[in-house]
Amino acid sequence: MALYLSCFLRESKLADTRYLGRLAGTGIVVLGVAGVFLYLGGWFNTETLTPARFADGFERADGIHSGFRLNHAKGVCVSGSFESNGRGTRLSKAVVFQAGRIPIIGRFSLAGGDPYIADEPEMVRGLGLLFKLPDGEEWRTAMINTPVFAVSTPQAFYDRLVASQPDPRTGKPDPRKMAGFLASHPETVRAAKIIRSHPASSGFDNSTYYGLNAFWFVDGSGTSTPVRWSVVPEQPFAAADTAVAQGDRNYLFDALIASIHQHPLQWRLIVTIGQPNDPTNDATLPWPDAREQLEAGTLTLDRVESEATGRCRDINFDPLILPEGMAPSDDPLLSARSAVYSQSFTRRAGEQKLPSAVTPSEVRK
Amino acid sequence: MSAATGQRQFPVLMRVFHWLTAAMVLTMLGIGLAMVASLADYHRLVSIHRPLGILILIVVVIRFINRRFSTLPPFPATMSPQERSVASASELLLYALLVVQPLVGWGMLSAARYPIMLYGSLHLFPILPHSVMLYAVLRTAHTVLAYLLFLTFLAHFGAVLFHTWVVRDGTFSRMAPWRVRAH
Repeated sequence: MALYLSCFLRESKLADTRYLGRLAGTGIVVLGVAGVFLYLGGWFNTETLTPARFADGFERADGIHSGFRLNHAKGVCVSGSFESNGRGTRLSKAVVFQAGRIPIIGRFSLAGGDPYIADEPEMVRGLGLLFKLPDGEEWRTAMINTPVFAVSTPQAFYDRLVASQPDPRTGKPDPRKMAGFLASHPETVRAAKIIRSHPASSGFDNSTYYGLNAFWFVDGSGTSTPVRWSVVPEQPFAAADTAVAQGDRNYLFDALIASIHQHPLQWRLIVTIGQPNDPTNDATLPWPDAREQLEAGTLTLDRVESEATGRCRDINFDPLILPEGMAPSDDPLLSARSAVYSQSFTRRAGEQKLPSAVTPSEVRK
Repeated sequence: MSAATGQRQFPVLMRVFHWLTAAMVLTMLGIGLAMVASLADYHRLVSIHRPLGILILIVVVIRFINRRFSTLPPFPATMSPQERSVASASELLLYALLVVQPLVGWGMLSAARYPIMLYGSLHLFPILPHSVMLYAVLRTAHTVLAYLLFLTFLAHFGAVLFHTWVVRDGTFSRMAPWRVRAH
């Protein structure tokens, strides 16, 4: 700029108004072009929900915990394998469905941003899985133990997060705010009813985990089928017992560790095949019970490690890391999950890593 | 045609590369800015961002090799020696950024242990080990370099606009996509 200024002064054209006009025009055009790009980047919009504002919402609700995930902060690493029976190839050309064994990295977690929260039976449990396919592709999925999701849009998720945020005066969520949220979100009320009709099991090991969002499976001929998936435990169901929780803040994780040390844990991967009119864009709505289910293989988890020594902590279980043969549906939660998970991953990547609640010595017990 | 016989424009191939790069890089800057601020379009934009970044890397490398074997027109007489050296330095900076930025992107995805999907099942191999600290540094570098690239583009665009429109020395015609005859 200084150079142009000196050139401009040297030529002494200050008196030439047309020259000045063109010079000002140059500046306006350059600023205009810069403005268009910054507009694209949302620089002039302070209202729209962005991945960063979403992440800020999590930090306001649960506090900042250095090095931890913004949600599902408390967790433990597992690993094992997936044995595909080859039946999934009917629906998808994804390499994961060809008969054979595939290594798995996983993570069990509890919902919420507090990595040291005391385990309680009714907390939402999560299972993240990374399928490492032999051709270098990956399939990642992050599932929870409720058959439907509580909200259908990113904005509703955020609004619910804000409504459940502790009031600074009382230290507790304001029940009126949550009531207000529910009044304007009948889909959440309906979903909660469905979730309550599936009582929680006693532990991580005998929980069913659901992928929640719909996806498309694409077969070798290019035919797409709407699907949802879940992993159903081979470990027998036992109802959650609130009395067990007393005294051990990590009782759910400790039970999982003991169980996995005893014998490998197994789940069947169940693909639910949707019909053309089944909703693919609303995770609060279940599909009819009569929908065909296909068992694609068996997940075996035989190793458990703390986040400090395991490989799961530094993995983003982004639900849109999909192999060829799987594609996202029109569910608006999917792209938003991908964006916010990425934001969470980037924030914690640069932070100092504090020790997890479930420590290496606890896993060895 | 050489500078000695009155060449005023860059050779056709160099101009093709220039406008191809311009279109790709401006698209990329727009996508990059929009995707980090978007929930609804994030996935779609990232899916374009990755392969387009690698395409830019390939095109810029070929472009740079082509430049080495091409005859460049002389600077306009209106440009002072200082301006010429600034112009040359900014050209070099743009080339460097266009090579380094895709490599940082590729490297940061490698360090984050993301599969680097391009199209279908086509993906790139990782170029760095899994390290989230390394990822954090490269992710910040990717943003800083993006804004530096954006500012360098604005300076380049502003300088050409200034010369063409204010000084009126026909600078734009040197790189114009169409043929401009010498007077």
